[in-house]
Amino acid sequence: MAAATRPFSLFRNASAKIAALPMILTALGVFVGGTIWTIVYSFTDSRLLPSTNFVGFSQYARLFDTPRWSVSIYNLAVYGSLLLVFSFVVGFLLAALMDQKIRFESTFRTIYLYPFALSFIVTGLIWQWILDPGLGLPKLMRDLGFEQFDLALLGNPDTVLFALVMAGLWQSTGFVMVLMLAGLRGIDNEIWKAARVDGIPAWKTYLFIIVPMMKGVFITTLVIVASGIVRLYDLVVAMTQGGPGFASEVPAKYVYDFMFQRANLGQGLAASTVMLVTVFIILVPWALFVFREKKP
Amino acid sequence: MSDITMTLPERSLSAGPRGAKPRRRFAPSTIMLYSVLIIAALYYLLPLYVMVVTSLKGMPEIRMGNIFAPPVDITFEPWITAWDSACTGLYCEGIKVGFWNSVKITVPGVIVSIAIASVNGYALANWRFKGSEIFFTILLFGAFIPYQVLLYPLVILLRELGIFSTLTGIVLVHTIFGMPILTLLFRNYFAALPVELFKAARVDGAGFWQIFLQIYLPMSLPIFVVGLILQVTGIWNDFLFGVVFAGSQNYPMTVQLNNIVNAVQGVKQYNVNMAATLLTGAVPLFVYFVSGRLFVRGIAAGAVKG
Repeated sequence: MAAATRPFSLFRNASAKIAALPMILTALGVFVGGTIWTIVYSFTDSRLLPSTNFVGFSQYARLFDTPRWSVSIYNLAVYGSLLLVFSFVVGFLLAALMDQKIRFESTFRTIYLYPFALSFIVTGLIWQWILDPGLGLPKLMRDLGFEQFDLALLGNPDTVLFALVMAGLWQSTGFVMVLMLAGLRGIDNEIWKAARVDGIPAWKTYLFIIVPMMKGVFITTLVIVASGIVRLYDLVVAMTQGGPGFASEVPAKYVYDFMFQRANLGQGLAASTVMLVTVFIILVPWALFVFREKKP
Repeated sequence: MSDITMTLPERSLSAGPRGAKPRRRFAPSTIMLYSVLIIAALYYLLPLYVMVVTSLKGMPEIRMGNIFAPPVDITFEPWITAWDSACTGLYCEGIKVGFWNSVKITVPGVIVSIAIASVNGYALANWRFKGSEIFFTILLFGAFIPYQVLLYPLVILLRELGIFSTLTGIVLVHTIFGMPILTLLFRNYFAALPVELFKAARVDGAGFWQIFLQIYLPMSLPIFVVGLILQVTGIWNDFLFGVVFAGSQNYPMTVQLNNIVNAVQGVKQYNVNMAATLLTGAVPLFVYFVSGRLFVRGIAAGAVKG
């Protein structure tokens, strides 16, 4: 910024540098330093404590040989794709409906968004109770005679992921809706007028004109939701503890368990490095997109 | 990178609705529209309703009836038990222990993280120096690093500093992980203030801290409130950092709640569990309902956090 003094020496602008010290320490010491430390030590055979006995890629080889890790990856992929698809479709539909000059708009928004203010632990425990096989919704369905609707999702390894998705959607769709609504409100009203003059039906206008115009909002929302999905941990701990068996294990939980409960640090570090790489695969195309948009 | 939030026109939230053409009242399409919105609203409200009615029933009534039935015989016993004597493992002191731990973590955590991040944001907006933008970019990328990658390095760091498993340690961890989003928030806000103000103050001989404390701070109340909302809900809702860094004597409310509800021993008391869950959710819900639009602004501005 032009207002700042030109930095001719290290002591120029000293107060600002001192004030920015916490940021510099966090950026370099924790984010860069910590990441490098984790990557380096993922190549060691550290057990309870870090060791410097390097063993090459053997932690990674073991990682991908472990069924629990493969299941975790698979679970995260299923949970993630279902959550993304449904939260985007429902979030966008709700936002489009909210944009129809409705009454009580802020009341509806308050209702759709409040789960987002809650902890994943709270969300997980609420849905654990609602889906409780003995006394919750499954019992109600049985009592009402709908035996064919077996809603005991949590006890069944084949359906437990759907229970997690249900809870995840309850918490995050409102958030997607708010971002989409912000995007819709940012669209120039002239577009709507032009579409109306041309006699294009509203759904076509949305699908072929509005959605492409909201590319930026979609991509930003995608990155936020996706990086939240990779972190999925609290919800699983509260709702299923990874069970039944390993049926709802996720990578973040694998890392935690190996690092802090099984005293197998090297394995946990290798798993967390794989998580890091996954996030960067999501992040890099988006960063490129943002840079291209801002600096034409 | 620094202008990520530009893709989310948060200010336009306050503009009126636009969308498709207005409709006649009570046209079939209007009825459809409101039906969908109301059904969706019921899906969102039902879990809250279930929690409240469950927490007001006795256990026999829960076993007899269904989860949606309103309580026949309202009792506040589960709330008292949840607060005062619910058991986590060997201790039966209720969730109040976790509540006060969360208060002890959240209050200093919010103050320290906002104080540091606001000064950072101010330095980045008005006092750029060589490399300041690079550090800021690293900081923003840091927001996306999975927490699991940084857990063990932080364990080592806190151990070296002698603050592992202490309140100071957990406050420091929250300050670190809150920094990217808060710094972005304050930097963008200060950068949008008129630069003439800053220049005039410089001409009058005001220095770094003087300008910040006497000119910028009094003008920036709204953004401090947004930061406050973000941090109170964020720190209160945290589970992972509490488990790893706080130490068992300082476990926050979320950790204790999970220990109470998912305890393996003893008969499950669903009414007590739901009362404890509601008590844990009460603080962020209170913040949410009181803050209204500012909360929305916080998540739109802080959309980088996720």
